[in-house]
Amino acid sequence: MPIVLRCHKGIGPAVRGTALVAADNFSARYDLDRKQGVFSRPTHKLAGESYVGRILVLDQAKGGVATAWMLRDMRERGVVPLALVFNRVNPILAQGAAFAGVALVDRFAGNVTDLIRTGDELCVDPSGGVVEILNRDN
Amino acid sequence: MRLGDEEQAMLAGAFGEPRRWAIGHQIAVGEFFDAADLVPVSQAHIMADTESLGEAGVSFLEHLASAPEAERRVQVPTLTDPRGLDVAVYKRLGQSEAMRSLEARAIAALQAFGVLMTDTCINYQTIMPPVRGEHLAMGDTGVVIYSNSVFGARSNFEGGPSALAAGLTGRTPRYGYHLDECRRPTRRFRLQARPRDLSEWGALGGIIGQECGSYWEVPLIEGVEEIPGSDALKHFGAALASYGSVALFHMPGVTAETERGRPARVAPRIGRAEIEAFVASHGATGDKVDVVVFAAPQLSLLEMAAVADALAGRQVHPQTTLLVATSPEIKHAADRMGLTRRIEDAGAIVAAGICFYQSYAGELAEANGWKRLVTNSAKLVNIIGGYGYRPTLLSLERCIDSAVAGRVV
Repeated sequence: MPIVLRCHKGIGPAVRGTALVAADNFSARYDLDRKQGVFSRPTHKLAGESYVGRILVLDQAKGGVATAWMLRDMRERGVVPLALVFNRVNPILAQGAAFAGVALVDRFAGNVTDLIRTGDELCVDPSGGVVEILNRDN
Repeated sequence: MRLGDEEQAMLAGAFGEPRRWAIGHQIAVGEFFDAADLVPVSQAHIMADTESLGEAGVSFLEHLASAPEAERRVQVPTLTDPRGLDVAVYKRLGQSEAMRSLEARAIAALQAFGVLMTDTCINYQTIMPPVRGEHLAMGDTGVVIYSNSVFGARSNFEGGPSALAAGLTGRTPRYGYHLDECRRPTRRFRLQARPRDLSEWGALGGIIGQECGSYWEVPLIEGVEEIPGSDALKHFGAALASYGSVALFHMPGVTAETERGRPARVAPRIGRAEIEAFVASHGATGDKVDVVVFAAPQLSLLEMAAVADALAGRQVHPQTTLLVATSPEIKHAADRMGLTRRIEDAGAIVAAGICFYQSYAGELAEANGWKRLVTNSAKLVNIIGGYGYRPTLLSLERCIDSAVAGRVV
């Protein structure tokens, strides 16, 4: 049986993919090399990691407003995360996900960066407010 | 979400495609945040620099802007945040013709909506200060936090698409800082040392921002015994918003709303040691300086005068670039008052309508071989590491001294 995590109803399509997890925050402008598709901020816990096609599991959205535009351009250039799974986001990440059509969920019962591990296979269903961990049962 | 008759008609496309897209986007965001309805706004402010938009964003704007004029005109005054380049200086900075071309396309599209090209992140100092209780859709975190805190206005962070949507509908979803219940302080801090200059006010914002770490935290800062000026609060708020994603703070005796209570939790104390440790964490004394930047936020007229005074009779080192970014309005004033000439005579560049980090900062680093960046903006220090720079935070005077020496002093 997969592990079922319930969250607030989200934005964007249902997707299935592999998790990349860190107890850290996120801004497309502050943290990413959006040409190479990697985390570029030296102090970020995912520095050097490719985010392309991964389900990013992080703590909070941070910083400025640029992510609202950037996610759509990243999607059209094929250098976008598959989904965003956060403890709590700010308006910018929600606006950016809505504009780009990228899956986004937040507001879980526990700390999602503890509940999900890097490499977990996830099914993210924003309209149902559910994330399933498919590869393990504890 | 509850929609009125006009909003239902907008959603059905009765007022054209731009407004149909806009209200659909607002409903998606509003439902995510459990907004009950839409609230009318008196102004919108769009962050639309082309580095962020990319080809996808510019094409989107052009598509919407191709609608008939009656369908595409914004319904409330809509301003712009800084742009990606200043045509007067882009060649000197090593920016490309492709960047200029994309920028021209974005400007043409924005103008077709009837957007006012203010190109500024200090509109609260230079264009139209908001008033208490005014609902806004502001598209720059520094503008939002200053408007909410110092004036008691009401705005969430509105990214470019959402700010454009607000301009087109004249409304925004009613959640977050539009609501009384979100404006109560959630954290207390006690200040035990007065920041000595703008860089230290930014450092204080950075310290509190790191502690808060969430858009939904509202810090109450006690112990501010002397009233900070507008530029100090500007740097403080911009850094707090940048490091913490914070959109509202309260400072008893200074900010607009101090009747919203006080969290019981014991307040962390911030003194001289904490401020100096924050500044020192970016220290690089003796390193070669590639670029010194005064921006983020754009400089007020008083800051322009301070830069001109600090440069008096000196020359920027030939291996160092000194860049000063301000708004078009302040640039005109600085031109008229001779400040621009005094700054540029010292070998610096004065740019209007940009704010450095929104101006292809990564490409600028590559084109010019820039690595070590010195600034008095804590916000810029926080942002610019992701673009490959090594930033150092210094006072305005030490930034100038470093620009002249060509190394961090």
